[in-house]
Amino acid sequence: MDKKIYLDYAATTPARQGVIDEMLPYFGEYYGNPSSIYEFAQHNKEAIDKSRDIIAEAIKAKAQEVFFVSGGTEADNWAIRGIAENYKSKGNHIITTKTEHHAVIHTCDFLKKNGYEVTYLEVDADGLVNIDDLKAAIKETTILVTIMYANNEIGTIQPIKEIGKICKENGVIFHTDAVQAFTHIPIDVNEMNIDLMSMSSHKIYGPKGIGALYVRKGIRLRALIHGGAQERNRRGGTENVPAIVGFGKAVEIALPELTEESKRLEKLRDYFIELVHEKVPYVKLNGHKTKRLPNNVNISFEFIEGESLLIMLDMKGVCASSGSACTSGSLDPSHVLLAIGLPHEIAHGSLRVTIGISTTKEELEYVADSLVTIVARLREMSPVYEDYINKEIESIIETKYNLEGVI
Amino acid sequence: MYTKKVMDHFTNPRNMGDMDNADGVGTVGNAKCGDIMRIYLKVENGIIEDCKFKTFGCGAAVATSSMATELVLGKTIEEALHVTNKAVMEALDGLPKAKVHCSLLAEEAIQAALWDYAQKHDITIEGLEPPKETDHHEEEEEDF
Repeated sequence: MDKKIYLDYAATTPARQGVIDEMLPYFGEYYGNPSSIYEFAQHNKEAIDKSRDIIAEAIKAKAQEVFFVSGGTEADNWAIRGIAENYKSKGNHIITTKTEHHAVIHTCDFLKKNGYEVTYLEVDADGLVNIDDLKAAIKETTILVTIMYANNEIGTIQPIKEIGKICKENGVIFHTDAVQAFTHIPIDVNEMNIDLMSMSSHKIYGPKGIGALYVRKGIRLRALIHGGAQERNRRGGTENVPAIVGFGKAVEIALPELTEESKRLEKLRDYFIELVHEKVPYVKLNGHKTKRLPNNVNISFEFIEGESLLIMLDMKGVCASSGSACTSGSLDPSHVLLAIGLPHEIAHGSLRVTIGISTTKEELEYVADSLVTIVARLREMSPVYEDYINKEIESIIETKYNLEGVI
Repeated sequence: MYTKKVMDHFTNPRNMGDMDNADGVGTVGNAKCGDIMRIYLKVENGIIEDCKFKTFGCGAAVATSSMATELVLGKTIEEALHVTNKAVMEALDGLPKAKVHCSLLAEEAIQAALWDYAQKHDITIEGLEPPKETDHHEEEEEDF
């Protein structure tokens, strides 16, 4: 197999050459510990500050409000556990949604087991939170609302500005996991009243193992990782200087390109969605049609199962992902797909294609053509499809969603 | 993650398809867990003369059902009853731990088809139990 078409940019991205070049000297040349006093090491401290400035500016924050962490998962854990602990005297109620990343959901589950009360808000069929539900859920004891900026599986973008406004009006702290949104859509933490925000580097063509948490000035957040005085006493451990430098560079490259690149991706995204609907019957787009990340496509193919689909795509050189149980290694298909009300059989047959800087129209045409033969082959093998052809069952996509291969 | 044999049976499944006038048909699994297998049998003089399958499921589900059909073809009913999930797994050079349930499903699909055959032909097959709704996924216990 010589062809490789990478369409899993929401899982991770390659580090850009410019990022790698920027990082390299910090492995062997500028290896000093930024906490050391001598000038040789001070250079590294400046490099960290430079990255911090870039990231702060990208989200309209102040440099001292940005803390480097190991990635999105640590940022989510720190934000949620930190607020829960520090504001315990005020209350014990946390509001989140059913479609959050596991880093948020499992942290909330953990707190729930330890005496906190958690409300998991429902979402609608497109994955959107209902603002009235949020308003109704806030009570005296509510200390934190944590709702993701944009969903990693179905790409739906939440009404963050409205959520931020409601939180501010009610004096509740607002955290958002912006791992998928950061540098894909413009973010202004002040305009959106965001108090804490999680970001990750490897989703934006930076290195893995580094991320950041934005913490609004005035928010009390104790350390999660105790140790030295790094990150202004709030996150111990010698800084991962090469990664921090790379993260900063990735943001520096991505920001000026944001508008143009997201327009290009949106066009490709919609082209691919249309192409698949044209070529393959009994398919359904998951997630909101327009309030959607520019790089995300999530489509369910009825009568077939996602892992088989992925293996067959892989054999054609295509890297993608699925929300089927088999790919998650658990009993149920993706909690996100179930939360938007997809029946299990439709959720098992989902395919997530996330596009990025190298994606071309030709690649997507190749994938759409591949899907035609693969889906036909898997349906030929499927007893469920056989039952449908023999009119023993109805098509769920046709009856429930009233779609017949058309958006 | 899969052995060469699993990949071979997934990409070139043996005996895939349906069957007109099958002597026995068994369907097991459910859409909730994401695997459904259907086995068709043609039985003559107590020998499985033909066997076909259709499967909705992951790579391992397809491969185990394909292998199961190979293992029972030409066998007596008595022999087919002893095609266990272990035999299917061994024939495939093993399965990832999370996929063992697929081989159990394949064993059950064969037995369900045999049960259907016995019912339709009003015979008793010793040691054969009626198919039951089971779920072979183990609930993961999470504790913090």
